[in-house]
Amino acid sequence: MTVHTDIDRSPIDRGTPEKAAAQSVTLEIDGISVTVPAGTSIMRASSLAGIQVPKLCATDSLEPFGSCRLCLVEIAGRRGTPASCTTPAENGMKVSTQTDKLAKLRRGVMELYISDHPLDCLTCAANGDCELQDMAGAVGLREVRYGYDGENHLGQTKDESNPYFTFDPSKCIVCSRCVRACEEVQGTFALTIDERGFASHVSAGMNEDFLDSECVSCGACVQACPTATLMEKTVIQHGTPERSVITTCAYCGVGCSFEAELQGDRVVRMTPYKDGKANHGHSCVKGRFAWGYATHKERITKPMIREKITDPWREVSWEEAINRAASEFKRIQQKYGRGSVGGITSSRCTNEETFLVQKMIRAAFGNNNVDTCARVCHSPTGYGLNTTFGTSAGTQDFDSVNEADVILVIGANPTDAHPVFASRMKHRLREGAKLIVIDPRRIDLVRTPHVEAQYHLALMPGTNVAILNALAHTIVTEDLHNKKFVEDRCDLADFRIWLDFIKRPENSPEALSKTIGVPASEIRAAARMFARGPNSAIYYGLGVTEHSQGSTAVIGMANLAMLTGNIGRNGVGVNPLRGQNNVQGSCDMGSFPHELSGYRHISLDGPRTMFEKDWGVHLDPEPGLRIPNMFDAAIDGRFLGLYVQGEDIVQSDPNTKHVQKALASMECVVVHDLFLNETAAYAHVFLPGSSFLEKDGTFTNAERRISRVRKAIAPMAGLADWEATMALSTALGYPMNYKHPSEIMDEIARLTPTFAGVSYDRIDELGSIQWPCNEKAPEGTPIMHMGGFVRGKGKFELTEYIPTDERTGARFPLILTTGRILSQYNVGAQTRRTENSVWHEEDMLEIHPHDAEDRGIRDGDRVALMSRSGETSLHARVSERMQPGVVYTTFHHPGSGANVVTTDNTDWATGCPEYKVTAVQVRPTNRWSQWQEDYEEFKAVTMRISDPKVAAE
Amino acid sequence: MHDNNLVRMANQIADFFRLKPEDQAVAGAADHIRKFWDPHMRAKMAEHLAHGGEGLNLIALKAVQQVCKASGTAAGTH
Repeated sequence: MTVHTDIDRSPIDRGTPEKAAAQSVTLEIDGISVTVPAGTSIMRASSLAGIQVPKLCATDSLEPFGSCRLCLVEIAGRRGTPASCTTPAENGMKVSTQTDKLAKLRRGVMELYISDHPLDCLTCAANGDCELQDMAGAVGLREVRYGYDGENHLGQTKDESNPYFTFDPSKCIVCSRCVRACEEVQGTFALTIDERGFASHVSAGMNEDFLDSECVSCGACVQACPTATLMEKTVIQHGTPERSVITTCAYCGVGCSFEAELQGDRVVRMTPYKDGKANHGHSCVKGRFAWGYATHKERITKPMIREKITDPWREVSWEEAINRAASEFKRIQQKYGRGSVGGITSSRCTNEETFLVQKMIRAAFGNNNVDTCARVCHSPTGYGLNTTFGTSAGTQDFDSVNEADVILVIGANPTDAHPVFASRMKHRLREGAKLIVIDPRRIDLVRTPHVEAQYHLALMPGTNVAILNALAHTIVTEDLHNKKFVEDRCDLADFRIWLDFIKRPENSPEALSKTIGVPASEIRAAARMFARGPNSAIYYGLGVTEHSQGSTAVIGMANLAMLTGNIGRNGVGVNPLRGQNNVQGSCDMGSFPHELSGYRHISLDGPRTMFEKDWGVHLDPEPGLRIPNMFDAAIDGRFLGLYVQGEDIVQSDPNTKHVQKALASMECVVVHDLFLNETAAYAHVFLPGSSFLEKDGTFTNAERRISRVRKAIAPMAGLADWEATMALSTALGYPMNYKHPSEIMDEIARLTPTFAGVSYDRIDELGSIQWPCNEKAPEGTPIMHMGGFVRGKGKFELTEYIPTDERTGARFPLILTTGRILSQYNVGAQTRRTENSVWHEEDMLEIHPHDAEDRGIRDGDRVALMSRSGETSLHARVSERMQPGVVYTTFHHPGSGANVVTTDNTDWATGCPEYKVTAVQVRPTNRWSQWQEDYEEFKAVTMRISDPKVAAE
Repeated sequence: MHDNNLVRMANQIADFFRLKPEDQAVAGAADHIRKFWDPHMRAKMAEHLAHGGEGLNLIALKAVQQVCKASGTAAGTH
């Protein structure tokens, strides 16, 4: 068994950021010759030569600031003692970093710092992990001649308002690293140095508590603080960690690399890993702080079974639970046929686990009834990009945004849903890139400190295809398209047909303006900006995909990118922002009923035969059921058994009552999860899941980056998810015997051409790998379609705008659209079990002041939300972020029943639900809806666990 | 109820292709249904077709006919 545990800690802090330059300079530092790129600081050059110059206000994640005066050096032939952090290295320089003069100056500086600093080092939370302490040692400070009685900043009140970290102003040395991290790294500008001289201090917001300020609790300030001023509460409570494991965050599709820092088997903190290529040392409130769910008291750690869903759960051994599940599936198949059972893989689980679940279904169930939660979020991305470009994935790496000149964000809210990438995007926007936001809501990115969208096209929900057509129409009719790119790279026959279509007057901004709800002149202006680039990049999310024309809209974006030549190099591309951590991976791994890993249709004899040989089974060449079709089939009485790994379909899938009816009509539902989630209320077997901290594997993020998940602690339930799936498959009569997930990856690589060069050893060697990784691209592929499309020629496809069937009218005059917020994640199963709930205790209905006033609704009132599907109730937030006629809510809390209201309309191509458009009415109410009351009652019965002591008697 | 759902899905698929010449539109929709519908759904549609195919738009109707003909109206497949 390969064990990957202790990893070297982050590389040393070189003080100032790396500079890229064509030219290099050579200088001599303390007699050592060193060559560095032009523009590199003397401090960094020294560090590269192996000489660490003392420093406090400098760190290599931030631009140099030159305030602490500790990093002074002497340069031959120059007067004075310049700061090495702000002085660029030059050819021929002779630098001394250690002289008697410098030592005296540094000691003097440290003496002043320490004269106004608490001397409680032994009991300080940063003891052993404090740069001030280290520097006092490094400069040889032995006494403080001034004494400690003078005016000082000691004894100030700590700000403990943030649930995860404290701010102790007494320990602050006003180096402003936190302020700069908030600005440069996070881009929130919540912190500032207020007042001047001796009175200067760090202020959150307008001298507010951290919690009340604009702070988004990303942790960048805590990461940057050289002292114990900003300190994780877990470290204050438990002390410093003694080992660390590099792993990958299990929240959103950015896939940040983290160091899980531990004492024994207790996680003490998670810190963003500096060399992580997706996040470059940055984090958000979820990944950095919201991991407490992993040890939450509601974690289920014993397998459980029951006869009927109205019986209380009974704890049993793994063996009994697995045998029950297997015998039930076999019984159902014998009675109702091979196709009467199926399973759902999870976008929260690892690639290896997902691959195993679909393998079990295809090989042990003997059918292709496997689908994944990506069905309900990004399946149109796969269809649309495969149709046009020939591959079901985003075209760029995240770093590509650094070269973008025009950024088009459509149907995505990056600052809430992909915060770490949003910080990178904001950084680029502050450098001068232009921004076009297409979204019904005024999302934060439209106007945030030092960032303002040139155009916010606040379209009506459901009109994405119309606006994409209007943009393309403008570009074509104003002759702004990139003819050379189209001629060289695209199928011209298809292009000509598309050209005739897009030029039609009904696709003009003027004709569509009323439908879209945006003035034609703004659409035209945005189109011109996008076409002129020169590097224009499209970033999108579920606001594009979760529509009846989701796939058409993805195709529309691909058309737009090809039309303007924005494919196949840095700074451009079509970039899906994936919802969950492993959405890309679960799609890659063959989770869809119609295709094997690597997106090969199950009916193709070549790939299928290869799998049949490798797995030693016959595979059904016909596609299986997709999730919504499984529900329909269940209600029809021909689908009766379901294995669900790591997804809560009752909460997350649309038209809850339909889902509930489908599940209630099944004879065996097996839920494999960390918690008794909403779906578990309908389950007969519960298999306890393992969190990302408890297993080995890989996740693939939105940029196709395969990163390692490393086991930091043992699985709380005894088995990691992949081990439980193996046991179930074996009990079903198809034995699996992997010793370690690396063997599963070897199998994936063997059977999937785009993964041919991937192995755990190779990932360890390179840090992470972006697929395709094979003979042609042994180190992976950061940017796709360079020099040619994967499908050969790029394909322009017609994208007629067809309005959704979901229409507003007298009964349901408003449109509901749903989304996410920063502090909560998806169905909230994880984040609701952390202190993140202080930011978002419940789902609220955002409504424009006009619509609220019409209905007599005040901010904070309870309102009933009704659609053709159902009714729920929640509290209203009156907000001008909404446009009149559109209301918005999140779906993080099961009790709010957002999906009771959503419909079963789906994308025409993939069956992805239309979450983003539901015709609704809103009125004041003073009570829960009938559904909410019934559901509470139902859960009180179905979520009971019998006391093992009582049961044993 | 379920048949209605299938009819709606088939019509939606047909609508995507409807701007193409009819033979290409029909082929496109038929190919999509063949690739993404499980045999049961296709069988159910075949049954619906046998009863006249009510509610299907022209392209959907022709596409469904093409799919069912090719698979020999796989009704009853388990």
